[in-house]
Formats: sequence, structure tokens, C-alpha cells
Amino acid sequence: MVLYRVLSSSPNKPANALQSTLLNMQETIREPMVQDPTQFDVLVMPNLYGDILSDLCAGLIGGLGVTPSGNIGANGVAIFESVHGTAPDIAGKDLANPTALLLSAVMMLRHMGLHGHAKKIESACFDTIRDRKVLTKDLGGNSKCSEFTEAICQRMKDMD
Amino acid sequence: MAGNAWRSLLTQAVGVAVRKPALASASFSRGVKTVTMIPGDGIGPEISAAVMKIFEAAKAPITWEERNVTAIKGPGGRWMIPPDAKESMDRSKIGLKGPLKTPIAAGHPSMNLLLRKTFDLYANVRPCVSIEGYKTPYTDVNLVTIRENTEGEYSGIEHMIVDGVVQSIKLITENASRRIAEYAFEYARNNKRTSVTAVHKANIMRMSDGLFLRKCREVAENYKDIKFTEMYLDTVCLNMVQDPTQFDVLVMPNLYGDILSDLCAGLIGGLGVTPSGNIGANGVAIFESVHGTAPDIAGMDLANPTALLLSAVMMLRHMGLHDHADKIQTACFDTIRDKKVLTKDLGGSAKCSEFTAEICRRVQDLDE
Repeated sequence: MVLYRVLSSSPNKPANALQSTLLNMQETIREPMVQDPTQFDVLVMPNLYGDILSDLCAGLIGGLGVTPSGNIGANGVAIFESVHGTAPDIAGKDLANPTALLLSAVMMLRHMGLHGHAKKIESACFDTIRDRKVLTKDLGGNSKCSEFTEAICQRMKDMD
Repeated sequence: MAGNAWRSLLTQAVGVAVRKPALASASFSRGVKTVTMIPGDGIGPEISAAVMKIFEAAKAPITWEERNVTAIKGPGGRWMIPPDAKESMDRSKIGLKGPLKTPIAAGHPSMNLLLRKTFDLYANVRPCVSIEGYKTPYTDVNLVTIRENTEGEYSGIEHMIVDGVVQSIKLITENASRRIAEYAFEYARNNKRTSVTAVHKANIMRMSDGLFLRKCREVAENYKDIKFTEMYLDTVCLNMVQDPTQFDVLVMPNLYGDILSDLCAGLIGGLGVTPSGNIGANGVAIFESVHGTAPDIAGMDLANPTALLLSAVMMLRHMGLHDHADKIQTACFDTIRDKKVLTKDLGGSAKCSEFTAEICRRVQDLDE
């Protein structure tokens, strides 16, 4: 099995030094992450580490059901997505939680520079969850997807 | 403490004269077992002294042989650990090691890597158990990570294809995978654990992780009394930070083990309180604290010996000395739970010697 890793060229640092900085970050990041994640800001890393860390961090905030995600491509392409599964057992039953996809859509709005709308939708979503009155089952409530959605829509109307 | 130091000094002094193969069994004479003690650097000597003191208070049937493993250049210019250290380990089979500092000298190898290669330490085992009294965001953690430690992503095989493009080879072999799987299931059985979970990414790395997984499945067939499950590494991490209580024994290749073992150490409070054991071929086992040498507090009687002590407890269990292991562990955990005598990193203001004395006292009380 061959792992490809592209080292960004850095004329002042020899390749080994750059490599060892990467490795040290990997070793020292795991433990502090679960002890105090607030010490971290933006983390950049190669593929495998990102696969691991991105899921680990999603776990810290509640799991894939509430985590947004974006994929940036060359030529200005960007695809935002929810990273949870298709949940076939509840499909079509108006039980799903749209939070992950909604927060990914908010991320998309920010990417497009539509910060005002992004802020409004995000606030409405977070307020609804904080309020605990209308929550889907996975968030600890017993509302339908449509009711949860309606609650968010109502808050946005109220904000206007 | 003085008794042990004298005995170890005597052993070293006369060791050369009596070091004959026939006396290999001497390490088990009178029920007393010889252990090679490698104090290490920085705070190593003081935490090792603490452990020896506690063992004496517990009347553990252990005699210590202190050795230094700082690499030297052997004939032919190859780096090696000092011959007397190797001889002691080969004879005693059991080692307890404090933190090591790799000298900056040009070309000097990593000490831990050298030890690993010298004794073929193929399994790194870390039991992670929540310590009552040392609060972390997670409770009731009780799992064990078993990491394959000889190959995988850390085989050190890298090359440059062209400027700016590098390849790194992940090596997975049938033998190493089978060996670690067998160890994991044996460990589970001997320690009365319920399940073994293979951690992998065989969906992406079909040949390498696929081979690893296949070997785990084959070995599982011989251990029907242990439940075997498989889980993707990213899913394990996701679930681990949400509910670590769902995990039991986890077995995995090198890199994943490196990551998960530190992650799990973080769950219970960090490297300062986490034990670790390395299992080698030919019955060798080296138990060690995995924190650093802490040069800033070395020699100031401030260090916390818990990690090394719990590793020593792990060692006692490995040797079958369960009663002594339980006694020392209980005394240690009770001291921490009581919160009256704690070292600075545990939230208190006691000296290392005071913390050690408190554990010794409890150990002796447990005897009454």
C-alpha cells in the first residue's frame, strides 16, 4: 500500500523539519482535543488525519447529525453537504433532522458572501434548538421534521 | 527503599560473576522475581524511586536491577543498547522504564525505537480506566488499546518521486497482523474482557487494512468466547468522544494505535496518569510511563509517579501477581480520590515524596 503525501516546498526549512512539525502536531493534538478543545482554532492536515480528526471533532459537538461540511474544488467549484447517512429506516416519515444540511447551507451562504442571510438562518436554527420546545427525536424531542422546520421559519419571520 | 537499593547494587556487583544460563531460573528463586528497572531521564529517577518505595511497602516479591539504556555505538558503528542492559532484560524478561530523552547528537537513533527493535516489542498495550477523584469530561471509561508496533504506516519507507512529490509506504504483513490479533484475543481472555474490536479503514485501504482485518477475523474463529466486532477508525473516534463506555478491547495497526491510544489517554486525564506496556517476542515485556522527562521539574520532588506506578501494576498483573497489583492500585486510587495529598498536576500541592508516602501508608493499612 502506498500513501501519497505532497510536501509543500519551503525554501528555508529542510524537508525533515517540516515533516517532524507535522508529526508532532499529530501526536500532541489527540489528547488535548478531548481534554480542552477550546484551545484549537483552524487545523489543516493531510487526508487520513483529516478523515479522523474531522469525525472526532464532529463527535465533540454532537455528531454527524448536526455537523456542516464543505468541499472546495479547483475552478471555483464548491459543494456543501451533510455527512450523515441516508437513514432509510425513517425516510419519508417526516422524522428527519435537517440541521446538518441546513448548517452546511449556511456555510454555503457565507462562502457566497451572503453573510446577513447566513446569520439570520443560523440564529433561527440555534435559537430553536436552545429553546427545546420543538426538537426532532435525535435532538431529544418528539417533533416532526416539518414542525421543526416551521419553528425555524417562524423565528426568521419574527426577526424581520 | 534502602534495602532494595542495596540489593540491586549487590546484584550489579556480583551479577557479572554469577551470570550463567543455569542461573536464569534464579530470577524466580524464593518466589522473588527480578525486574530490569530503567529509571530514564529527567523526572525518571525520582518516579522510579517512588515506585520502588511503594513496592517495598507492599512487600511485592520483586528485586530490581537498574540499567541504563542510552544507546552506544557498537562494533561496526551500529547503534545499540548497552550490552549489560540487554543481558539483564534477556534474563529477567520483564522491564519497567521511565521516560527517555533522545540525545541530540547527530545520527543518534530514537531510544524507544531502538528498544522496540532490540526486543521486537510488537504490541503496545494501554488500559484506560477512569480514575475516580481525577475528574475529566468522561466517566466510567474502561477500555484497552492494543497497537501493532512494528510496521504499518511507520515502517520508515519513504522516497521522493520527483521534486515536490513524496511516497510513504505502509507495510502490512500477514505475520505481524496475525501476531497482534492473537495477542489481543489472549489478552482479552486472560483479563476477562468481553469483546475485541478491530479498528481499520479497509474500505479505503483495501489491500493493507484488508489483510489486517482478515487475519483478525481468522484469529477470532479460535476465540469464540470473545465477541469480535469491526469498526472504521473515523467512526470509532466519533463514538469515542461521545460515549467511550461502549468500547472494550481495541486492536489496530500502528498509526491508528498511535492516535487512539493518546486519544484514550486524554479521556482519563492524560499521559501523566496512563499506564503502558510493550510486549515482545521471546516473552519479554517492558512496562513504561509514556509522558515526557519534564526537565523543568526534574530533581525538585514535584513529579507525579502515577503513570509509572500504574504501569508497574500492569506489570505485576502480567506476572500473575494480582493480589499485590490490586493492593497497590487501590492504595493509589484511594489517595487520588481522597484529594488530600495530590501532586500539582493532579490539582494539589503535595511533593512527590509526600504523595508516595501517602500511598505507602495506605498500602500498609490494607495489609492490616
